[in-house]
Amino acid sequence: MRSAMSRVVGNYYIRKLAVSIVTLFGISLLIFTLARVLPGDPARLALGPRAPEEVVEQYRRALRLNEPLYVQYYYWLIDVLQGRLGISLVTFRDVMVDIAEFLPATVELVIFTLFIDFVGAFALGVLAGRKPNSLVDNTIRVFTYIAIAIPSFVWAIILQLVIANWLDLLPAYGRLSIGMSVPRITGLITIDSLLSGNFLAFADAVRHLIIPSVSLALGSIAQEARILRANLIENIGKDYILNMHSHGVPSTIIFFKYALKPSTIPTLTIMALDTASILGNAFLVELIFNWPGLSRYGVIAMLRKDLNAIVGVVLVIGLAYTVASIVIDMIVSYLNPRARQSR
Amino acid sequence: MAGGTVSGEAFEGLERSVRRENWRRIWYRFKRSRLSVVGLSMVVGLLFAAIFADFVAPYPHHAGLYIGFRDAYKPPSLEHLLGTDMYGRDVLSRVIFGFRYAFLLIAIVLSLVVPTGVILGLVAGYYRGTWVETVIIRLSDIFISLPPLVLALSIASILEPNIYNAMLAVSLMWWPWYVRLSHSMTVSLRNEPFVLAAELQGARTIHILLRELLPIELGTILTKLTLDAGWVILIGAAISFVGLGAQPPTPDLGTMVSEYSKYLPDFWWMTLGPASGIVLMILAFNLLGDGIRDVFAGE
Repeated sequence: MRSAMSRVVGNYYIRKLAVSIVTLFGISLLIFTLARVLPGDPARLALGPRAPEEVVEQYRRALRLNEPLYVQYYYWLIDVLQGRLGISLVTFRDVMVDIAEFLPATVELVIFTLFIDFVGAFALGVLAGRKPNSLVDNTIRVFTYIAIAIPSFVWAIILQLVIANWLDLLPAYGRLSIGMSVPRITGLITIDSLLSGNFLAFADAVRHLIIPSVSLALGSIAQEARILRANLIENIGKDYILNMHSHGVPSTIIFFKYALKPSTIPTLTIMALDTASILGNAFLVELIFNWPGLSRYGVIAMLRKDLNAIVGVVLVIGLAYTVASIVIDMIVSYLNPRARQSR
Repeated sequence: MAGGTVSGEAFEGLERSVRRENWRRIWYRFKRSRLSVVGLSMVVGLLFAAIFADFVAPYPHHAGLYIGFRDAYKPPSLEHLLGTDMYGRDVLSRVIFGFRYAFLLIAIVLSLVVPTGVILGLVAGYYRGTWVETVIIRLSDIFISLPPLVLALSIASILEPNIYNAMLAVSLMWWPWYVRLSHSMTVSLRNEPFVLAAELQGARTIHILLRELLPIELGTILTKLTLDAGWVILIGAAISFVGLGAQPPTPDLGTMVSEYSKYLPDFWWMTLGPASGIVLMILAFNLLGDGIRDVFAGE
């Protein structure tokens, strides 16, 4: 019985993953078509205006730019499936190599951001929801209104200016201070420094992470805290809570075990959407903090119309977003027995 | 005519007074929250400043190309409330002209996106279970499966960097959300008796979609539209900030933040002006959107 159930659940995720992969191909087709249909000659763009016509023609033939669009896409797709994304015009290296180099920095930043987001949203949401309309609640409400209205890149500029430049509390740029180095094992500096026993570098890496990830997280924190507060207040007003109070269950247990748990479900659902905005905003925040990650690489590629690199970055980000939303979906269904059964 | 029916003229009068009563009720619900009224007045005020920027801005000729090195890099003062930039242009004047571009962005994006998305959603929901629905929904899923900002940036990067292509990029990213919204509402209304009755009477599909279904969905769509305005500004500003949108010397808020942030930390007031302009716009529309949501949530 139980194994049949878990098989159903497993099938659900496999199906979901399959649909997402098909969708990712849709995205690749979309960007591929847009890039080829729009005016501008990729070969000319790649080789520069002074390259002789024969060379450009040769390049065009090598890229099969003279063939019809669907033939081009077919060959391109075969290349992508074999892990060949082409050469980047920015670094003149294989896009795959670039992605492998720059991805860990972004992964580190995003994971740290999600952690801060989670802790911050729950702390503020619970503080506000425990005593509605108190001074704490009103202060948090004002904060959330303002925090949502400030875009991540504006937060980044403000925090960099105030905390790093004026108060000089934390570093303003990069992942590590000059003069420090950590052997590259996973590419995540915090983990690599711990693995190599370099605790000074670990502290330094964390100090570098704080401002970028806080500026990425603040908007999501505010939004999720508001949702959590609203759900807490709604659940506290329900009959089963009153019933528990009348049975003499301690109010702390009621609050944290029976009111908070169902309230986390809508909050986590919103968190899946906020992950999308964190991944998007990372493009700007990495630029501001000179963070050597995939998003900064992507922005530079975009500014130089480096199509191979753009497609590579977009596919990786799309895949990351898909995986993140599936993981959050799994957590939600773990917390919510009704969602578990309906599958 | 049998007694008891109302004559046409009286009926029209009745209808008009009912409509006026409805509006009065909507306004009553809206103004119950002080924050929504604040939001509405902020939006109206900003719109006024944007339309009459030539008269409101203290130095209207500073909006675009203007060079007055004598006044360059001046911190905020009574003469220049938000200071001046590296060419001696008044930052406040440029921010006021920036509101014009922000409103233009919202107007163009929403007028492209909302009708397209809503009609596609209506059609997909009405033809539920057919290939029409599959095609429309799968297509919009492709656009939704990427983080919105990433999609907008990559579309903008393929196009020439200017303000109209930035608007196009935001629009291409945005329409699927309205497809989803109106699709899910249409699916739930699809088998209601009034739709079946209209079908049995031989009403044309277009009549059912636009006159029977659309009016019911309008409140929710209007709410989403206002709440989305803030997001549109945010995404537009992000595109400009990266350098894929409006180019200097266009007084676009995101472009200005990007231009002026190169002079941080010494000349912080330059960035402060356009950055607070963006925040003000988003805050205004968020407050207004919350108010409108409360009005329709009460129904």
